[in-house]
Amino acid sequence: MNRTIRYREIPGNSRGYYIFLAFLGLLIAAGLGAAFHMEHEGHHVTGMTNQIVWGIPHVFAVFLIVAASGALNVASISSVFNKKLYKPLAPLSGLLAIALLIGGLCVLLLDLGRPDRLIVAMTYYNFKSIFAWNIFLYTGFIAIVAVYLWMLLERRFNRFAKPVGLLAFIWRLMLTTGTGSIFGFLVARQAYDAAIMAPTFIVMSFSFGLAIFNLILIGTYHGTQRALGNTIVERLRKLQGLFVAATLFFIAIYHLTNLYATEHHGIEHFLLDGDNVYTGLFWLGFILIGSILPLTVCFFSGFKQSKAWLAIASVMVIAGGFSQMYIIIIGGQAFPLELFPGYDVSSRFFDGVIASYSPSVYEIGLGLGGTAFAIAIVMVGVKILRFLPLSLENALIDPNHADNIEHKNSVAKAVLK
Amino acid sequence: MSELENKVDEYRRRFLGKSAALAATLTLAPGVILNSIASTRATNEAVSSNVRWGFLIDTNKCAAGCNECVKACNEENGLTGFDRPETDAQWIRKVTLRNKQTKHSLSLPMMCQHCEHPPCVDVCPTGASFKRADGIVLVDKHICIGCRYCMMACPYKARSFVHETLTDQVPEVPRGKGTVESCTFCVHRVDRGDIPACAEACAKTDGGAAILFGDLNDPDSTIAKRVANEPSTQVRADFRLNPGVRYQGI
Repeated sequence: MNRTIRYREIPGNSRGYYIFLAFLGLLIAAGLGAAFHMEHEGHHVTGMTNQIVWGIPHVFAVFLIVAASGALNVASISSVFNKKLYKPLAPLSGLLAIALLIGGLCVLLLDLGRPDRLIVAMTYYNFKSIFAWNIFLYTGFIAIVAVYLWMLLERRFNRFAKPVGLLAFIWRLMLTTGTGSIFGFLVARQAYDAAIMAPTFIVMSFSFGLAIFNLILIGTYHGTQRALGNTIVERLRKLQGLFVAATLFFIAIYHLTNLYATEHHGIEHFLLDGDNVYTGLFWLGFILIGSILPLTVCFFSGFKQSKAWLAIASVMVIAGGFSQMYIIIIGGQAFPLELFPGYDVSSRFFDGVIASYSPSVYEIGLGLGGTAFAIAIVMVGVKILRFLPLSLENALIDPNHADNIEHKNSVAKAVLK
Repeated sequence: MSELENKVDEYRRRFLGKSAALAATLTLAPGVILNSIASTRATNEAVSSNVRWGFLIDTNKCAAGCNECVKACNEENGLTGFDRPETDAQWIRKVTLRNKQTKHSLSLPMMCQHCEHPPCVDVCPTGASFKRADGIVLVDKHICIGCRYCMMACPYKARSFVHETLTDQVPEVPRGKGTVESCTFCVHRVDRGDIPACAEACAKTDGGAAILFGDLNDPDSTIAKRVANEPSTQVRADFRLNPGVRYQGI
């Protein structure tokens, strides 16, 4: 039997494909319209204020950027850690990584007060700023992953896939460290100012990125009616479970460290036991929906080998991850700055009070537009280039599959004769 | 002509010469002396780190209900509100403090603290946030991209983002929609030898000058003498940012 993996473009000519693309196009158009409205009117039309300066667009953007580096995991596992089973998935992993990063950056850029000054951001640098480093980390990531994809897809260059894959892997770790440090290096905010932010963002990226990857994989294989064997589904399920557990561990350590220090009791009480949306998002969103339920699906044998359950677990991980990102970004700003320790403070400028935030339809539109753009890049990408294997059935990808062992035995027998 | 007449002429010449010199001195001297008092540098001369501008704020003199500094700042810098307190720009604000244990309360003005090591300058990706040699922290409105990272980083909540289109701006204080701004120490006034508008307005109140402006580096200045001889403190001094604004009575 022929056991080589063959990559083919998806036909992409079905009605469903075009309807889905049109739907994404609609979201992208809505996002662009929202961005235009925000820039034209000024940010007062959004829910963002001088207290909550980063809103839901930043939750979308940071989530997408973090997930982008995580989406590259599957490729890293195959190229850097030499796991053959993941190799057929590497091209899709790279494409998704680039797409998510571009989507996230678009949201970030279009939310700027002056998005027209992109050229300024590209030509004026303050190298003490983590933001400035990130501009290089992001553009570098796109370039390196693009070269990596080239090495993967061009048969003559396949042998370079490993070193370039290693570079991409190291780069992605730096990228998420940079993103986490945007918050970790803010000394004055009670919820930030923690070195653990950087590694937490790295494990979150593993988890959220893989969850999005799972959905895209299951979705495209379902849509194109290509075979997706349960061996790969099973591996992804276990891997997802591992990443969810790791994320839960890092978030738990973050809170436990804060709970030990009396000076942080205020913010911990606010996040974990407050009469506010953040406490609800934490326990219901991140802990129950984002962690306990997916862990159950990923580790209990009753959910074994089920594509549907893997998809459901992935959706739950994304929902929980989004909740956690909302808590970090919005919750971290809503808690008042401690200007005068030991004093109750009040002013007309909202000193000492918990800032309120309700996202406007424009901000949500911008965030959804960026997400839709990322997915659209993947959808168009798999149609025009050979990113996806024709089949991922068990016999093709698993060297230890029964058929393959039988095949090996028969070859061995033939040789012995 | 006799010798005597010649001498009288000589005396007359000397007298006229000296009178003219005296008149010239009397005419020019006040200008020269006053100018040297009023201005430490010529307008075309670069600012120097020999100067460190700062405020000394005596909270004992700051009346709880008084808002004159805020009014003066808004007027001087053209900060017209849009009746949206959450998004309206605020460069200086009155904060009421109440000690959690003793219940003692006091009032003070908060503004950009013009730190020696400003976190806003550290985090700004384009370098739009910058510190002038004389310690004044400013935003270059031409290269600010409106990312608001400085607002996240400022421990004093001192910065505002311009949330709407602006009209009727004060020519000396250019602002821009979509950029970040904060107290400039009224740099346009300081550069011509005046004191910031808030300090000027505060001095005219019944309580007397709670806000003292001056050069912390000049040992002969009132502010330097007072901080040397009286107790004063910086807000969140534990951050070691060495703000140029010091407070008394907290």
